[in-house]
Amino acid sequence: MIHSLFLINCSGDIFLEKHWKSVVSQSVCDYFFEAQEKAADVENVPPVISTPHHYLISIYRDKLFFVSVIQTEVPPLFVIEFLHRVADTFQDYFGECSEAAIKDNVVIVYELLEEMLDNGFPLATESNILKELIKPPTILRSVVNSITGSSNVGDTLPTGQLSNIPWRRAGVKYTNNEAYFDVIEEIDAIIDKSGSTVFAEIQGVIDACIKLSGMPDLSLSFMNPRLLDDVSFHPCIRFKRWESERVLSFIPPDGNFRLISYRVSSQNLVAIPVYVKHNISFKENSSCGRFDITIGPKQNMGKTIEGITVTVHMPKVVLNMNLTPTQGSYTFDPVTKVLTWDVGKITPQKLPSLKGLVNLQSGAPKPEENPSLNIQFKIQQLAISGLKVNRLDMYGEKYKPFKGVKYVTKAGKFQVRT
Amino acid sequence: MLESNKDSAKLDAMKRIVGMIAKGKNASELFPAVVKNVASKNIEIKKLVYVYLVRYAEEQQDLALLSISTFQRALKDPNQLIRASALRVLSSIRVPIIVPIMMLAIKEASADLSPYVRKNAAHAIQKLYSLDPEQKEMLIEVIEKLLKDKSTLVAGSVVMAFEEVCPDRIDLIHKNYRKLCNLLVDVEEWGQVVIIHMLTRYARTQFVSPWKEDDGLEDNEKNFYESDDEQKEKTDKRKKTYAMDPDHRLLIRNTKPLLQSRNAAVVMAVAQLYWHIAPKSETGIISKSLVRLLRSNREVQYIVLQNIATMSIQRKGMFEPYLKSFYVRSTDPTMIKTLKLEILTNLANEANISTLLREFQTYVKSQDKQFAAATIQTIGRCATNISEVTDTCLNGLVCLLSNRDEIVVAESVVVIKKLLQMQPAQHGEIIKHMAKLLDSITVPVARASILWLIGENCERVPKIAPDVLRKMAKSFTSEDDLVKLQILNLGAKLYLTNSKQTKLLTQYILNLGKYDQNYDIRDRTRFIRQLIVPNEKSGALSKYAKKIFLAQKPAPLLESPFKDRDHFQLGTLSHTLNTKATGYLELSNWPEVAPDPSVRNVEVIELAKEWTPVGKAKKENSAKKFYSESEEDEDSSDSSSDSESGSGSESGERGESGEEGDSSEDSSSGQESESGSESGVEDERTAKRNSKPKGKSDSEDGEKENEKSKTSDSSNAESSSIEESSSDSESESDSESETESRRVTKEKGKKTKQDRNPLTKDVSLLDLDDFNPVSTPVALPTPALSPSLIADLEGLNLSTSSSVISVTAPVFVPMKTHVLLHRMSGKGLAANYYFPRQPCIFGDKMVSVQITLNNTTDQKIENIHIGGKKLPIGMQMHVFNPIDSLEPEGSITVSMGIDFCDSTQTASFQLCTKDDCFNVNIQPPVGELLLPVAMSEKDFKKEQGMLTGMNETSTVIITAPQNFTSSVILQKVVNVANVGAVPSGQDNIHRFAAKTVHSGSLMLVTVELKEGSTAQLIINTEKTVIGSVLLRELKPVLSQG
Repeated sequence: MIHSLFLINCSGDIFLEKHWKSVVSQSVCDYFFEAQEKAADVENVPPVISTPHHYLISIYRDKLFFVSVIQTEVPPLFVIEFLHRVADTFQDYFGECSEAAIKDNVVIVYELLEEMLDNGFPLATESNILKELIKPPTILRSVVNSITGSSNVGDTLPTGQLSNIPWRRAGVKYTNNEAYFDVIEEIDAIIDKSGSTVFAEIQGVIDACIKLSGMPDLSLSFMNPRLLDDVSFHPCIRFKRWESERVLSFIPPDGNFRLISYRVSSQNLVAIPVYVKHNISFKENSSCGRFDITIGPKQNMGKTIEGITVTVHMPKVVLNMNLTPTQGSYTFDPVTKVLTWDVGKITPQKLPSLKGLVNLQSGAPKPEENPSLNIQFKIQQLAISGLKVNRLDMYGEKYKPFKGVKYVTKAGKFQVRT
Repeated sequence: MLESNKDSAKLDAMKRIVGMIAKGKNASELFPAVVKNVASKNIEIKKLVYVYLVRYAEEQQDLALLSISTFQRALKDPNQLIRASALRVLSSIRVPIIVPIMMLAIKEASADLSPYVRKNAAHAIQKLYSLDPEQKEMLIEVIEKLLKDKSTLVAGSVVMAFEEVCPDRIDLIHKNYRKLCNLLVDVEEWGQVVIIHMLTRYARTQFVSPWKEDDGLEDNEKNFYESDDEQKEKTDKRKKTYAMDPDHRLLIRNTKPLLQSRNAAVVMAVAQLYWHIAPKSETGIISKSLVRLLRSNREVQYIVLQNIATMSIQRKGMFEPYLKSFYVRSTDPTMIKTLKLEILTNLANEANISTLLREFQTYVKSQDKQFAAATIQTIGRCATNISEVTDTCLNGLVCLLSNRDEIVVAESVVVIKKLLQMQPAQHGEIIKHMAKLLDSITVPVARASILWLIGENCERVPKIAPDVLRKMAKSFTSEDDLVKLQILNLGAKLYLTNSKQTKLLTQYILNLGKYDQNYDIRDRTRFIRQLIVPNEKSGALSKYAKKIFLAQKPAPLLESPFKDRDHFQLGTLSHTLNTKATGYLELSNWPEVAPDPSVRNVEVIELAKEWTPVGKAKKENSAKKFYSESEEDEDSSDSSSDSESGSGSESGERGESGEEGDSSEDSSSGQESESGSESGVEDERTAKRNSKPKGKSDSEDGEKENEKSKTSDSSNAESSSIEESSSDSESESDSESETESRRVTKEKGKKTKQDRNPLTKDVSLLDLDDFNPVSTPVALPTPALSPSLIADLEGLNLSTSSSVISVTAPVFVPMKTHVLLHRMSGKGLAANYYFPRQPCIFGDKMVSVQITLNNTTDQKIENIHIGGKKLPIGMQMHVFNPIDSLEPEGSITVSMGIDFCDSTQTASFQLCTKDDCFNVNIQPPVGELLLPVAMSEKDFKKEQGMLTGMNETSTVIITAPQNFTSSVILQKVVNVANVGAVPSGQDNIHRFAAKTVHSGSLMLVTVELKEGSTAQLIINTEKTVIGSVLLRELKPVLSQG
């Protein structure tokens, strides 16, 4: 399926290549560079490119292109999903998926790729298994290794791969047994000029951090499971139990993982926690415009809204911005024309605002459209949909684990049109 | 450093080398030094050497061979991981010389006890196939074997190999279909994708279309799938009788949970499966999951949106509730925006168009001009599709003409042109407005569009048109080619309608055009001049010039660019690219009539139950199971008691309960063998429980509960999943006990192997001529065997307790049917029978007979059963279960077993329906009283030597020499008699062996070719009567031309 993989950085250098079948020359990437040039923007490089002998399927992650070479028909999502999994694994191993990190750990990267794919077909992609095969680098271990000469390649076979639960490694031991769940909900919304909601929905995920010894069998139940409209599961979850009882029953992988992601049914009205008053205008035939936005809380259920950031992609004709915030700080990058306003917390007594003048290129026609505002925020201890975890039970092991659930609501793709 | 004694130095060196490989630098000159380290004890060095080896082996084939012995040793390692990785690397070394070694390794690994090794074997199949496609046949055999594997680990990989090597051998899937469906949920996610895609193709060839019921509702779909009326009639007819095949339903039901997968590829695969094979009413559920994927990365969005775009053309309704999910955000990349726009357009209808248009207004103002232009086109398409809003759209577009951005204006002009063309009525104002724009717009397409519009409507704007032409004539030389052509057209049209004002102008333009650089323009100029300017040479055509130029032109259809993608399977690379990618497999159309569904049946027929429409396949399968067991365990003679077969039949039973649906409850009460296997399962389970040292009360309770529910709950999927979950919860202890029991089996296997060893030697001695040592430089622990020898060994492995007489699969099954009951004499009930040449499951002294019953009346025939039997002494018959009713036009195949006592006497019995009884009889041809056996040439000779004298009959045959090729003889002989071919060392002697069904006496047939178109046919057997009858039957067949 997957013939070869090339890693390409932003400046167009191929800094890593790996072949699973016969060697494919680097020159195949020329087609990719061509497409990249055509697309102008990195975001716009088509994920699938057809060349005379091969097909190139690429993803763009963390300023790196992962370009895979395919020779025959294959579901493109298969490859894309796999490439993302590779990037996730790098992230998991090295803390970041960057050129420097990969270059520093070329050998581990190679060993990983070798294990993940056999003859182009995915072999082991679960991080629990991989970590047993190839231990992730830590400073301590690299010191120890250099002294003792021992390796970071596991010499035992990962039992997980052979068992019915390939995601969990065997023989896990902790002195403190903990199970934490983060319920994270994101509001995707488009608010139109007048402040009415064009589109809003809530997407959520439950991320888990499980550090439990042995083979715990957990079941997690909700107070109001009917809220969850569309759910996708980690493979560990028993689908039948969910179908019949709406209970998440699973033997968890060890460590951090995403348990489920869900969408709250669209019938429920989505509470929008912030509102924005805006007044952006560009004067005809003059080289300046006015910019004025104010943010206020709305339906916040008694919780403080924090971590507010407003990002605006200003039109190209904008030269500079001269603004004064009542709270927080702002930056404007004249090259990318991106205005970022870091607001912080909202205090209802004094609403934060950002006012000032916009300098335009003289002589250029005024922009047609006002830029839209992308807003980020965070509300701790609240799941905006009202989802609540009822209880967590553990079977199969004797000890008593620490359990914890945390709720966070965030802005997802939250956009205000002006 | 590689020469160093210290591992750390070696490791350091290897790391640097791998670094070089990673950067794409050539490190091949280090090959000899690196290969030396292949046997290193240090596992990390070893792995890195593997990496190196796989990368450069192709370039340095000779040196690579040095490493192979290491792998061969590792293939025998007790550690399964080492076996697996040795196989992986061995098969990754792309050196053609080692193909036979690889083949052997794959064969061995495919029978390995560890599923992980078997999985790697499946991967190796593909590698070997790409290295040497000539191995295909052998590889298919291995695939066939691996397909039977019950491990979830193997399933994905072997299906992948299947897709790569022999995607057209759909017949290999039949028997594994249900198993694959049931295992699907537990297969790892990548395997799921491959299996689902394969099963989609399978379902399209094996089931009839479930799409009739909503034919009338959604016309456009019908047009796509069933193009002509004739077919529609047919489908209408079928509509009445359609009932979904339970297997079809099984697939759809079992894939549904996978929509919930976190892996986008799996979700997409299920979505396309639903789209292609589920009834239309059920397809709706996929939209929710697909919309969920839109939250994912840009690349995933791109692919998913493309697929949604294709789907939304055909079935708007599916995605309409999610309309707002496709609203565009300013931060989306352009390609995503355009796709979303495409979908919005497809979803537009009278109800939502106003909301959409408002949304479009925002888009038009977008800073992304490319996107704005696309929006304008979209508006144009909406305007044409929904007539109510055409005027609104047109007005909106006209407003856009005053936009400052040129691209937007140009696009608007083009779209307006198309819109106006559709309703050319009074839009003079707009045209005038556009004529004014001509001064400011510079985009060639837009200018050309305006000119064309003016030309078309020149009679409506008589004042402006000549003026425009004047302006254009001035700037003609500096215009784009596209515009020049339109200027010429405009000139010609005006010349025809208003020649007084524009004659000179047109001629001036034509002159300019004559000397243009572009030959298209010169060409057009010449053509127009001849056509419109009257001169003596101009023929009849110029009279019609006006008609030619000012004809009514049909309006263009504004269509979706995704219109033509629907013939590609969704979710494939070809669909994304909209061209056929290499290796793309067409999704076939639904078959008109479903192929025999019974080919998928896998289990032993059980008697206590009412009949199910099972026929020969069931028997075949039972036979297959019989073999597969003997193959795997290598000691079939007394394997029935060990745990291995216990677990085997457990899953068999599970599958059975799936087939029986609601009735699995009763099934256990029926047969002895079955209850036996059940108890086996039970035993195993208790054993498991005992082996678990610290039984947790919770989990045990849970288990009990599961068991309870298993017996009470009849739905198969339910019970199997519970089965799974219970094994989940105690998998550790589980696997331990399992491996233990395996070990036992293994040992047993070894013993029998040893028993057979001398035999193996014999064979290799005989075949010594074929034996050529393959890779000389390597000292092989196992000799490289030639393929033919391997085949022989395989044949031996099949052997049952007796080393000589072992029943094999029939070489050939003639489909010749005999009439049992003609429909005229049977009052509409017709019955045919034939001999499937399978060992009979009802008793090993019986010959199996398949009877196909046809109802040719227009009424149900009820209660078909066998009445009184009139059998010669000693003869026995196992009847089929009574058939409750047979639908009109229905047909059903049942099987029975008859013990003919090795005689050709007739078995007479009565075939009864509710009302009538018919006397029928079956007389077996002598050839059907045999079962083929496999034996070596040596054994054959030995046996023949014991059967001489009166046990031997012979005759001389005379026929043309061309009939004496071995294939012709084989064909002729097996057509008459169910015998097995014996490998022969001489070209002119053909040997066949069989045993009689009842007594098991050997029947040895020898055809010895002599000089000059004669041959001697010799038959040696204790059963001289049958022998002579067979001789009589064979003689005319062989002497025929």
